[in-house]
Amino acid sequence: MRNEFAKIITELSIVKKDIVLLAGDIGNRLFDNFKKNNPERFYNCGVAEANMTGVASGLASSGFRPVTYTITPFNTARCFEQIRLDICYPNLPVIIVGTGSGLSYASLGATHHSMEDISILKTLPNLQIICPADKKEVREAFIKAYESNKPTYIRLGKKGEPLIHKKKPNFQIGKSIFLKKGNDVALLGVGNALSIAAKCEEELFKKKIKCDLVSFHTPKPLDKKLLTNLFKSNKLIAIIEEHGLIGGVGSSVLEWANENKFDTKNVLRFGGPDKFLTGCGNQTEARKFIGLTSKKICDRILKNLKK
Amino acid sequence: MKIQKLSNNLRFSIIKMSNETKSPHLASSLSCIDIIATLYKSILKIDKNNKKSDLRDRFILSKGHAAAALYVALEYKKIITKKELKSYAQKGSLLEEHPSPKLAGVEAATGSLGHGLSIGCGIALSSKIKKKKFMTYVVMSDGECNEGSVWEAALFASAKNLNNLCAFVDYNKWQATGRSQEVLKLGSLVKKFEQFGWNVLEIDGHNHDLIYKACKVAIKEKSKPTMIIANTIKGKGISFMEDNNNWHYRIPSDEEVKLAKKELKI
Repeated sequence: MRNEFAKIITELSIVKKDIVLLAGDIGNRLFDNFKKNNPERFYNCGVAEANMTGVASGLASSGFRPVTYTITPFNTARCFEQIRLDICYPNLPVIIVGTGSGLSYASLGATHHSMEDISILKTLPNLQIICPADKKEVREAFIKAYESNKPTYIRLGKKGEPLIHKKKPNFQIGKSIFLKKGNDVALLGVGNALSIAAKCEEELFKKKIKCDLVSFHTPKPLDKKLLTNLFKSNKLIAIIEEHGLIGGVGSSVLEWANENKFDTKNVLRFGGPDKFLTGCGNQTEARKFIGLTSKKICDRILKNLKK
Repeated sequence: MKIQKLSNNLRFSIIKMSNETKSPHLASSLSCIDIIATLYKSILKIDKNNKKSDLRDRFILSKGHAAAALYVALEYKKIITKKELKSYAQKGSLLEEHPSPKLAGVEAATGSLGHGLSIGCGIALSSKIKKKKFMTYVVMSDGECNEGSVWEAALFASAKNLNNLCAFVDYNKWQATGRSQEVLKLGSLVKKFEQFGWNVLEIDGHNHDLIYKACKVAIKEKSKPTMIIANTIKGKGISFMEDNNNWHYRIPSDEEVKLAKKELKI
């Protein structure tokens, strides 16, 4: 995902002269092309995320379209107040890009895990939150975020995620993408967890259970149309995210359903526990450690279908 | 109007506003009003008929709790109306006790300390990229220098050679609950900012002529950002408020407003 992000921001910056890239002392060679094309529009802000976010605010209020880029927890939790007051309150079109979200950097330890970024950021008025699932979605997400002219957080994985979309997806902020249509179950995959949802779809298909497979890429604003249809259909709704269950996308869906007087008994949420993860190994091992695997998810879905 | 007379008038307006609305932070506003009055009278290139001009000088009151001092200056420059100023701290008004970016003339939401210098860096950087000539001014408090983000911004401004950025520390030696040298050991702000690579000037922050001259030095600076350490007195101008930290939160009585009026020769 991050290579695709570097590619698309470089391509777009050639035509959009207002894009300024601010990096928090990472991506050493990643942005070489961007720098070559726009030496006056790339700034390494050092290991100082609060300042980087404030600088983005000043650039945006002066007509630029800054993009801040660093490792997810440092670009979200670390500088939360700057995002709140310097970007969201004045409603400035800054794009905040977090790389290595969820458990992408599992083996680096809990300091580098990001299992609460969606939860804290979704509390902020004016902010859009997008979780692209693969590199094709990264490209579209960035273009749409730029075009929207609104404060936007883009949650990236790392690199080498499995490609989900074969062709360019029809990507709109707040509008989910159907990859498969089924009958009994809707699998909503959020960002890099869409690949887990896709595996679940395959495994359930073998058991003659046809599922909707949906890229639920926008935690905020929620795709209300999709949710209305799903809740009306009485399907089992499984929300799969590499993010903590507290305040994650699943919790947003539950809140929305409650507000709209839908029965939530058919909602199954899959995500991380209320725990710091230590000794959880690499991303694959960490997903296993917290039960975020297609096997565990399918087991629970099957159990619920039998009820 | 002579600058001293202007400062006195603005001081009295601030005192009256505090009395009428029961809003605190009076002494903090009086401490920086000479800097703000000088900037708005003689330095800032801003146009009431073109408030959002790309070329306007920017002013950020990073010590947002002194909002009253900003509002009286905005009214003096006719950026906001007398009627708007009257609405200060009232329900439905954009003139809140800390500046809102929704109000014309306010460049950033301040009140949470340690934000203004970074935003000022971003604005100064934008003028460098666009090659547009305007200055960005930021006023901070000494208590504000407790915030780590101030020092992140100090590093950034000097690393990126933001010579079009001029910041002040309204150095009144107090913060909310004690002496700023005691709460955290502030040490020498002059030496600190020099070490951070700034062009540093130290002046009497109530001497309008020196404030003006320091700004002119900042405007002429070719490579470094300029930090003006302005030695000030909290509550300056009113004998019974000067250097008395109770006035960080105290509200003046009607009687005290009368006394202040007399001292200011209004």
